Amino acid sequence: MSSMDTSNLTREKLTAMFNEDKRFDGRKLLDMRDFEVEYGVSNMAEGSARVKMGKTEVIVGIKMGTGEPYPDSQDAGNLMVSGDLLPLASPRFESGPPKFPAIELPRLMDRMIRESGMIDLKKLVIKEGEKVWTVIVDIYPINDDGSLMDAASIGCVAALHNAKFPGLTEDDRADYKNRTDKKLPLSGETMPVSFTFYKLGDNLILNPTREEEEACDTKVTFGISKWNGKYMVNSCQKGEETVFKRAELERIMEILPGKYEDVMKKLKSYIK
Amino acid sequence: MENEINEAHQESKEDSVSKKRKIVVPGEFIVKGEDFLPGDGAKREGDNVIADRYGLAEIAGRMIKVIPLSGAYVPRRGNVVLGRIIDVLFNGWLVDVDSAGNAFLPIDESPRFINRNEMDQFLAIGDVLAAKIWSIKGRGIDLTLKGRGLGKLDGGFVFRINPSRVPRVIGREGSMITLIKEKTGTNITVGQNGWIWIKGDNLDNEIKARNAIEFVADKVHVDGLTDKMEQWFSN
Repeated sequence: MSSMDTSNLTREKLTAMFNEDKRFDGRKLLDMRDFEVEYGVSNMAEGSARVKMGKTEVIVGIKMGTGEPYPDSQDAGNLMVSGDLLPLASPRFESGPPKFPAIELPRLMDRMIRESGMIDLKKLVIKEGEKVWTVIVDIYPINDDGSLMDAASIGCVAALHNAKFPGLTEDDRADYKNRTDKKLPLSGETMPVSFTFYKLGDNLILNPTREEEEACDTKVTFGISKWNGKYMVNSCQKGEETVFKRAELERIMEILPGKYEDVMKKLKSYIK
Repeated sequence: MENEINEAHQESKEDSVSKKRKIVVPGEFIVKGEDFLPGDGAKREGDNVIADRYGLAEIAGRMIKVIPLSGAYVPRRGNVVLGRIIDVLFNGWLVDVDSAGNAFLPIDESPRFINRNEMDQFLAIGDVLAAKIWSIKGRGIDLTLKGRGLGKLDGGFVFRINPSRVPRVIGREGSMITLIKEKTGTNITVGQNGWIWIKGDNLDNEIKARNAIEFVADKVHVDGLTDKMEQWFSN
């Protein structure tokens, strides 16, 4: 939609403001917005969470069922991440076949969760080679005011920690009427969160609003987590056309641990 | 830019929410009886008058109308709007004014002579301008730049609010916008399509003006907003 494009005026203004380390909402360039997590959004899902980050709002639901393992991973459960950019969330989203951003969001979340090893998929096996648990993560943006990816990653982690197994019938099917209190086999230490850095001119910004996001030239998303006391990058994806310089990526790597700890501190207070 | 504000006010149907007004959703029953006539945003269904839009239902004599609280911008003749150039054609510019269909600004409607070969020196793609809707024909909207305060916008920044909140932001006879201008020392142009341009001497004042406008646009259901706004500024 053409009306979504940024005007020259706004781009110039934002560049000038970023050079002064200022933003419209009073944050500094690398300040995150505060977020809230709420559970119990869906009573039909095994686990759910709603994340509010400024005006951005995302609902994540976890559904569990039994199924056959994939041929290349007979000894592990299945993880599926799907997402849908509802037209409700933003005038930028249209209904119809998923376009690039609608494919990028769940794929990045999938990569981040899978590669961090947050879920021990091997513990999801019911009968090796025949029956395993399938964990489905559904991401629904309710309102997009920028940083959808980062809010969704917090939502995914919170919802996965909120999920409880359904019961199991005698013929190894999920019994949704008899829910158990058993939680997913999650690592206590490893919790991945994604951070998307946007670049406008020579300035790096974190957690942009939609207005800022649209004005920016390029972006890069890092999914990071902690393992054995060390930080690790689980996923990485660059978008748009402009390049990042080596020095900029090195600077991002220096910023990431601090931001990760900030988010973790808040997120852990929500995870029981 | 006084003239725009006065014009804008003629369009404004609401200023403060009186107790008589009720919030309705589409299809909601407003009043019963043949005596009443449905106006804008209302329609008749059998014996009842029901709402056609989400907004505040107002009963003025026999006339029932619903003042919308949300929705897209519906262009009207004489409106001052802000828009963004999306294309430069051989005889004018194509402007996006956030309504259904694009607006056209013919080269003849610019206030000074423009060489047809150098049209993008005056307005290039992505530039923002204030223009007045000169006519609405079946095919589209025609704009003009002939008028005070109209033309290309230089400096400052543009942001958007919901077009249905524009009358509130302007206030009764421009009271609200005048207050914000005075308190922040900025120059503000409010387009009827919900685009707002702010330019001031320094960034802090510009940001303050924007926050003030967003504060007003947020409080739809509040009485005596101008007084509240003065309080807001004193904090």
